[in-house]
Formats: sequence, C-alpha cells, structure tokens
Amino acid sequence: MTAATLSHGGAGAGQSAGQALGTTEIAYHEAVVRHFTLATVFWGIVGFAAGLFIALQLAFPALNLGIEYFGFGRLRPLHTSAVIFAFGGNALFATSLYVVQRTCRAPLFGGEAMGAFLFWGYQIFIVLAATGYVFGITQGKEYAEPEWYVDLWLTVVWVGYLVVYVGTIMRRHEPHIYVANWFFLAMILTVAMLHIVNNLNVPVSLFGAHSYPVFAGVQGAMVQWWYGHNAVGFFLTAGFLGIMYYFVPKQAGRPVYSYRLSIIHFWALIFLYIWAGPHHLHYTSLPDWAQTLGMTFSVMLWMPSWGGMINGIMTLSGAWDKLRTDPVLRFLVTSVAFYGMSTFEGPVMSIKAVNALSHYTDWTIGHVHSGALGWVAFVTFGAVYFLVPTLWKRERLYSLRLVSVHFWISTLGIVLYITAMWISGVMQGLMWRAYDNLGFLQYSFVETVEAMHPFYVIRAMGGLLFLIGALVMAYNLVRTIRGDLRVEQPYTAVRTAVAAAR
Amino acid sequence: MEADMILPVLRSLWVLWMMALFTGILFWALRPANRSRFETAAAIPLRDEE
Amino acid sequence: MATEKTPLFSHARIERNVILLAVLTLLTVSIGGLVQIIPLFTIESTIERVEGMRPYTPLEQAGRNIYVREGCYNCHSQQVRPFRDEVERYGHYSLAAESMFDRPFQWSSKRTGPDLARVGGKYSNDWHVAHLNEPRALVPESIMPSYAFLNRPLKAADIGEHLKTLRVVGVPYTDEQIANAMKDLEAQANPDSAGAADVAARYPKAVVANFDGNPKVVTEMDALVAYLQMMGTLVDFTRFQPSDLRQ
Repeated sequence: MTAATLSHGGAGAGQSAGQALGTTEIAYHEAVVRHFTLATVFWGIVGFAAGLFIALQLAFPALNLGIEYFGFGRLRPLHTSAVIFAFGGNALFATSLYVVQRTCRAPLFGGEAMGAFLFWGYQIFIVLAATGYVFGITQGKEYAEPEWYVDLWLTVVWVGYLVVYVGTIMRRHEPHIYVANWFFLAMILTVAMLHIVNNLNVPVSLFGAHSYPVFAGVQGAMVQWWYGHNAVGFFLTAGFLGIMYYFVPKQAGRPVYSYRLSIIHFWALIFLYIWAGPHHLHYTSLPDWAQTLGMTFSVMLWMPSWGGMINGIMTLSGAWDKLRTDPVLRFLVTSVAFYGMSTFEGPVMSIKAVNALSHYTDWTIGHVHSGALGWVAFVTFGAVYFLVPTLWKRERLYSLRLVSVHFWISTLGIVLYITAMWISGVMQGLMWRAYDNLGFLQYSFVETVEAMHPFYVIRAMGGLLFLIGALVMAYNLVRTIRGDLRVEQPYTAVRTAVAAAR
Repeated sequence: MEADMILPVLRSLWVLWMMALFTGILFWALRPANRSRFETAAAIPLRDEE
Repeated sequence: MATEKTPLFSHARIERNVILLAVLTLLTVSIGGLVQIIPLFTIESTIERVEGMRPYTPLEQAGRNIYVREGCYNCHSQQVRPFRDEVERYGHYSLAAESMFDRPFQWSSKRTGPDLARVGGKYSNDWHVAHLNEPRALVPESIMPSYAFLNRPLKAADIGEHLKTLRVVGVPYTDEQIANAMKDLEAQANPDSAGAADVAARYPKAVVANFDGNPKVVTEMDALVAYLQMMGTLVDFTRFQPSDLRQ
C-alpha cells in the first residue's frame, strides 16, 4: 500500500491546536479509501441502472419478462439497497475513513489489515444481500430486507467499523474532535442500534435462510419505521452531513460558516430525528398518540435541518464566484440546497392533513429522490471528485468541463424525476378521493394507474439522464486515475475575464 | 395499571430535562468566550495538508 | 489541554472525549425509540378487543411467505385508512388486532396497486389464479408482473418447523396444530380429502378449496390464493361495539 506521508500541524498536550508545524510524518492509510471510492462509483452505476430498469417496468410491465428473478417486487429492494447501502454506504466508508484520519492527524486504527477487512467485509455484505433479493430471500421489511445471516455478518463488519473509527479518534494528535467526526460517529452508533433492534429475528433453521421477526403487527410497524426513518436520518443525513462539514469547507478553501451553529445543529438533529418515524404510519392502526408525537417532532426537525443547510451554503459567503469556476463546488453546494428543499418538504408531508393525500402515492417517491439524488448523490459526487485526484496524487481532474456536463445532465434528470412524481402523486391522491355528482367514487383504481403512465415514462427519462451523468463521471475518473489531462479551456474567474476584456 | 400512572410523569420530566440540556448547549455554543476555540476548531480541515 | 481548566460538565469535555461523545449520542438517540416503542407493549389497549383473530393456517402462512418473497409489499398496502373514500373502496378501516399475527407486518408504504387488507372473498379463486397468471388478460391497464411461475409444487416439507418458530416468537399455535401442520396444509387445498374438516375445525373460517384447479399437487399458487382469500375476513364487524375499538 502507498501511504501518504504528510507532516502534520501541532499536536500533543500543552500545545495549542495546530499552530506550529510538527515534524512527525503521519502515514495515512489511503488504500482503503481508494477502494471504497472506486466501489462507490461502481455500485452507484449499478444502483442507478437498477432504478432505471424498475422505473421502466412500471411504465412497460412487459419488462418484468415473466421470469421470477426479474419481477419488480424482487428488483425494487435490489435498487434501494444498491443505492442506499452499496452506493451510499461505500461513500460513507470512503469519506469517513479519509476525514477521520485527516482531521485527527492520525493513521487509521488497525491499519491496512482492518481497512481491508472493512472493505471486503462490506462488499461481501452487499453481494450476499443482493443475491438474496433476486432469489426471493427477504425479511419483507423495506430497507431491512437482508435475512438474518446477512444481518449478522453486517453486524460484525459494523462493529469493526466502530472500533476503527473510535480507535483512530483516540489516537488523534488534534485536541479537538472536528464536527464532521461527530456526525459520522453518530451515524455509526445509531445505525448499529437500529440495525440490531429491527432485525431481531428467529431463524427457522440454522441451515435455512428464512426467519420470523420477534415484533409483529403494530409493534413491528413501529420498530420498522423507527428504523426506516432513521436509516434516512442517520445513514443518509447525519453521515452525509459529515461529508458536507468536511468537503464543502475543503473545496471552498474556507472554514465552515459557523462552528457554533454546527454544534447546535448536531445535537438538535440527532435528538429530534429519532422521534420522527411514526409519520410513516399516519392514519394506520398505530395508536394516535404515537402518530401525533411523530408529526410534532417531524415538523420541529425542519429547524435544525435548515440550520445545517444555512451553515453549508453560507460557508461560501464572500466566495460565491467560485460557483462559476468550480463545478465540483457546484455539486457540493447544490446538494446542500437540495437538502434544504427536501427537509422542508418532509415536515410538510408529515403533517397529517397533507399526509392523508400524499401517503401511498408517488409524491413520497418524488420526495425521497429529491433527497437521494439531489442531496446524497450530489454531495457524494462532489466528495468523489475531490478525493480521486487527491488519493491518486494527480495534478487535477481529467476534465472540469466534464464535471460540469455531469452536473447539468444530472440536475435536469432530477428535475424531470421529481416534477413527474409530484404531479403523478398529487393526481393519484386526488383521483382516489374524487366523488362524482351522485356521490359515488369517481375513478376505479385501475383508472388511476392508467393516468400515471405518461409520468412514469418521464420519470424513467429523468433516471436515464441521471445514469448517463454517472457514466460521464466514471469516464472522467478513469482518465484522471490514468493520469490523463484533457486539453480544455480552463474556467476563469469572471472578474479576471472582465478585466482581460478591458 | 402502574405503568399508566408513571409514564405521563416520566414523559413530562424528560421533556424538561431535554429542554434544560438543549438550553445548556445553546448557551455553551453561543458564549462569546468560546469564539476563539471554535475558530480554531473550524480551521481543522484546512490545516490537514502540509 | 493541560493549561486550560476544563470544568466537569462542559461541552469542551464532550468535544475532546470520544467515549463521552459516543455515550451522550447513544443516550440522545435511544430516548425517542424507548418512549415510542415500549408503551406499545405495555399499554394493553394498543390492540383492540375484537373477536375472530386466529393464527394463519399452514397453507395461508406458506402463501404469506410467498407474498413476502415476491415483494408484493413494494406495491400493495395492507392498511385501510379511516377515510370515507378508502372505506368505500376497500371496506372497514384496518384494526391493529388484524395484523397481530403478521410476521413480518406487511402494511407497506405504497399503493402502486390497490390495498389488499380486505381482498379476501371479493374475487373468486379462478379470478385470482387467472389474474396472477396474466394480470393484463383481466385488467388490460394493469402494470402488475405476471406470476405464472407460481404454478409449481409448493416446497413446504418444513412447514411444521415454521409453525414452531412462529410459536417461539409468540404466535399461539397449539401442539395439535403444529403436529398436523403438513396434513392441514395439504388438506386445505383439497376439499375432498379426509382432513378437510379438521382444517376448518382447527382454524375457524379457513377457506378450504382446490384453489388453482389442479387437484394433484399443492402449488405455490394454491398457497398464495389461500392467503389472499382470507385477508381481512377474520374479524366480524357486525359483532362488536365501538368501545371495543378503543386503543
């Protein structure tokens, strides 16, 4: 492995943080980060392609092919797991293991061996889970589909992750634990708790895949959405906020807008998020008090979410022109804007009166994707574009123009996707509850299905654009790793361009 | 049932406790005396190379 | 930092001590779950006092496992909300009691297809079989995949083990039900068999029928249709008072 050797800023007791340059060299473990970064790109493309395919299945049901392994019901968990756990998970591993070493000025605890264990352990988890879905091995709970043996394996890997992470922080040379690490740490701990409780199952046989959950019915639903919502809250939000708090300042070349806001953001977010789960169960047979509690906290959650958004975006305050010249920063900042948008939409949808319309419709799907594509994927793209030239010691990316192409194709894809889903969702919700003059339900169910067809086609087009964007990124990264530099007109700051014109 | 009697009390208590904690964190984060510490901390990512 | 005085309770201490940070984080995130989840087990009234609920028959449970295996929950909910349009479209709104034996629960979060909580008895067995074989033959606008591959023998040699495991996690199967699991499974798909009457005796309201029209083998189709045909049929909504529904 090639370890980056860098001298580090001030360390040790009695020295104030990072004033004097230290003389010790730190051997950061970067091979593991490189592997996780490559896996992020690979699984991203797999996950987006799976998403495109199932989107097309909804528009053209013949694509289910009548083969059991290709049915929508089996492939949809494959898509969600591929994008959340494979793409998102690898991105979290890559960024968190990079950030923790840099901000602690300490090499990875457990070194190369633990790094390799985490990498291969996690890839084995992904492959075990994915093959299970295709063959119909599932627990039947959204985002918690892997069966008991896969869950056990993930638990082992995850405990290793926690040990490596905490171990690295404990050997740090920086007195303060940087805030990005708080978010990563909260993610690791909370996901461990959620994963264990929601997957309490008893296998039918030690040699068989099937198991039955300890929690049934209404309790099962509450535990599942406590898990499910916080998979969003901690895996896809807290973890990726860790990415934001490191990579946005890094790429912008300036410290985060307000460090004190980040402290408040952290505690308020982790406290409020954990309550929001029951908003997935409005008007179900979950007792009313739990639904009301979930709604209240979901609405309150708007505040810390926007605190975080302001913190991320305002980091650019005084340097807005960089958005023009740096498409990587554009990805990062746009992701934070999407974060703001979906964390506003979320509380609105958690209000029971709105939820009565939106629940069970494509509006939810649109909401999820504005967060998943706009926030999670964009902040990941930004971080990957930052990491690849750094990790492979290249002068710069192969092409910044291609980053911009990726940005615009993907943005257009997201816009198509979420507007199509908004319209089809609201439309379907309204059609379900429409009455004619005589007081009869106006539409049969299948009429609402038929009405959604054009929007399903548009949605699939949006997904196609997003996938093409990711392929452009992969090409750009491969060329970067090979050490190629595209001859292209560099982005110049507007001011200098204007000055030159004069 | 006992749980029915204790639960509402516990619920109110932890709300108070959480409010107190949150106020404490707010106070800590916004205290002017801590400004310089936070500025040092915020600069950590920018100091990690060279 | 040695020179700076750090009071016992201060955020500075948290910021520098990873174990403290981890413990406080865990405490903060466990509260919500504890407050929301534990009362659902302790407060007796979470589940309504209605009559008629019973564990699934072996064939229904096998069918339910196929429902889960094929990921039907990705498009079909099993939860009728208390709205006028939903009650008119699907039937009485769902009670917590009705999913008390559901492991896993299958309420779902999406209605790409209609709700199935009360689909039992609404269509004939033949309709279900034809529809699962080729949905567009009956509903041209449907976007449901075809499930013709379910016309294969049901692998259920270990159904007794399944029932035993379900009893371990809390489903009140009797010794008799477990001992006769395989017999009941076969008999429910064959109304002419000697055990058919036993199934109905052990599991009130169980639908005994040759679901897929093929008397020779018990197929996955038999199991799935048996499950679909009992959904939402167990509770008799004419027989209880509104006060029984209090949660």
